[in-house]
Amino acid sequence: MSCYDTLMEYGLRSLGYGERLLPRSDFTLCQQVVLIGSGMIWNVYFGVVALLSGFALATALAVGKASRSAWFRKPAQWVIFLFRGSPLFIQFFFAYFLFLSLKGQVPAFDALTSAWLGAAVVLFFNTAAYSGEIFYGALQSVPKGEVEAADAYGLSGWSKFRRVVWPTTLRLAWPAYTNEAIFLFHATTLVFFSGFPASRQQGDALYYASYFADKTFNPFVPYPILAGYFILLTLVVIGVMGLIGRRLNRHLPDAAGARRRGGFRTIFR
Amino acid sequence: MFASCADPETLSGLSWLWCYLTTGKHLAFYGAFGTVLLLLAVTAPVALAFGFGGAVAARSRIAPLSWLGRAYIAVVRGVPDIAFFLFFVIALDQGIEWLRHKAKCPDWDQPIRQGSDFVVCAEAKMPLSTSAQWVHEVYGFWLAVFTFALVFGAFAANVLYGAMRAVPQAQIETAEAYGMTRRQVFRRITVPQMWVYALPGLSNLWMVLIKASPLLFLLGVEDIVYWARELGSTKTPQFTAYPHGDWRMWYFLFLLVFYLAFTRISEIVLDRIMLRLSHGQATLGSHKRTGPIGMNKAGPP
Repeated sequence: MSCYDTLMEYGLRSLGYGERLLPRSDFTLCQQVVLIGSGMIWNVYFGVVALLSGFALATALAVGKASRSAWFRKPAQWVIFLFRGSPLFIQFFFAYFLFLSLKGQVPAFDALTSAWLGAAVVLFFNTAAYSGEIFYGALQSVPKGEVEAADAYGLSGWSKFRRVVWPTTLRLAWPAYTNEAIFLFHATTLVFFSGFPASRQQGDALYYASYFADKTFNPFVPYPILAGYFILLTLVVIGVMGLIGRRLNRHLPDAAGARRRGGFRTIFR
Repeated sequence: MFASCADPETLSGLSWLWCYLTTGKHLAFYGAFGTVLLLLAVTAPVALAFGFGGAVAARSRIAPLSWLGRAYIAVVRGVPDIAFFLFFVIALDQGIEWLRHKAKCPDWDQPIRQGSDFVVCAEAKMPLSTSAQWVHEVYGFWLAVFTFALVFGAFAANVLYGAMRAVPQAQIETAEAYGMTRRQVFRRITVPQMWVYALPGLSNLWMVLIKASPLLFLLGVEDIVYWARELGSTKTPQFTAYPHGDWRMWYFLFLLVFYLAFTRISEIVLDRIMLRLSHGQATLGSHKRTGPIGMNKAGPP
């Protein structure tokens, strides 16, 4: 069987398309590369969904935590504390068993016990809390002069926030937020090891890597493949976030060069 | 364990709960918290040592050593930590057995890797198949410590590398002007001065380490996650004197609260240490850490 055939059979295996049976003996390098790559679809899915949805909540949490009214500040502080103070691994377990018992009472919660939704919800709250704290820190360090300048232009309330405070916050938070994005993608590997079942062996990259390591009893092939994929993914995340960062800073002198170097420093520092 | 618990079926309410929570398995569960704390207590200094070694290597003027240090930092930080845990727990075991095999059974002529099997002679098994259960447990624990230290050593190396570079250049130059050698400057100026710059990063790392400790479960150690799953699952009257439904949610809620308390206490203590160390130091670190949960995060979530 050629490598092309393997790709056709197992390329979308993690989503349930193609050959159902996983290879059981005579494992080839090609099978391992293809299946682990197929699992990466889930890692990218969880990461992108959590990052995009979490961004909105993170902004709300940051503004809430900086708010002078206790009605907004306290809940935001508590959400951030709960999700940053406890391990993601335990959060996954707890959420899974919580959804499981909710499902026992209300069948509508059925979807939450499967990984594609349940784990995404946990990751959404988790990354929102971490990013919320980053944005809050950035919000606190917005230069006073910019806010005063906005006041002088007659901006107030929503328009001041949207046109002055928020863009500067993002600009300041961007390097740290890039780091958070990288670690979020890494954290997605926990999903299938923490209660959430991989139905019909449709798992993520680490799920397949550990499957091969268990079957061949040789960890020296699947895990380096996985590491390669993740280093690639990390570089892509740095690249994309760097592009956005450059756009955020496009009005600043020498923004392009500074951002590019800044982006790489976040990981190879 | 208590005389009043001899016949659980006659118990009810709080006395049932009291007897339930003091069964032998529950005591093992409480003991597992000790295992986690022990792991953290042992891992933190070992990881710091690894980090120091990594940072020194990365700063080295000998190019291959410097590449090695940088590669260690970049690779471990670029790959999910859980992948390392799953990898090392097998790889270390096989590596140790392979070395022992080479040393103890030199006249063994069969290949070690036979298809999907890893075959070494009986004397090279680690631990020996004849040794007691506790030897297996201690061995597993040390593998876990080593793996944790290796992964978090890379993060610590990153922090210390930055801290060594943050020591003001003027101090280094002054030391050189006094005629100190490179080695003396490192020992007398850089190392003592770097800690205050390293502390925010290191305390952050400690928090990340605490939050990584439940991953012990994946290394096959009978830790709190193992027991919470075990004790919480549905128990029928055939197998236990204390039947109950699926209580895993409550057990994990308990773990969640434990970790929240643990990280909160750590944070308060670390903030105090930071305040004390940065007394009279004109660094940003002395004012920067604000807010109840600390500002920055430089590790896996």
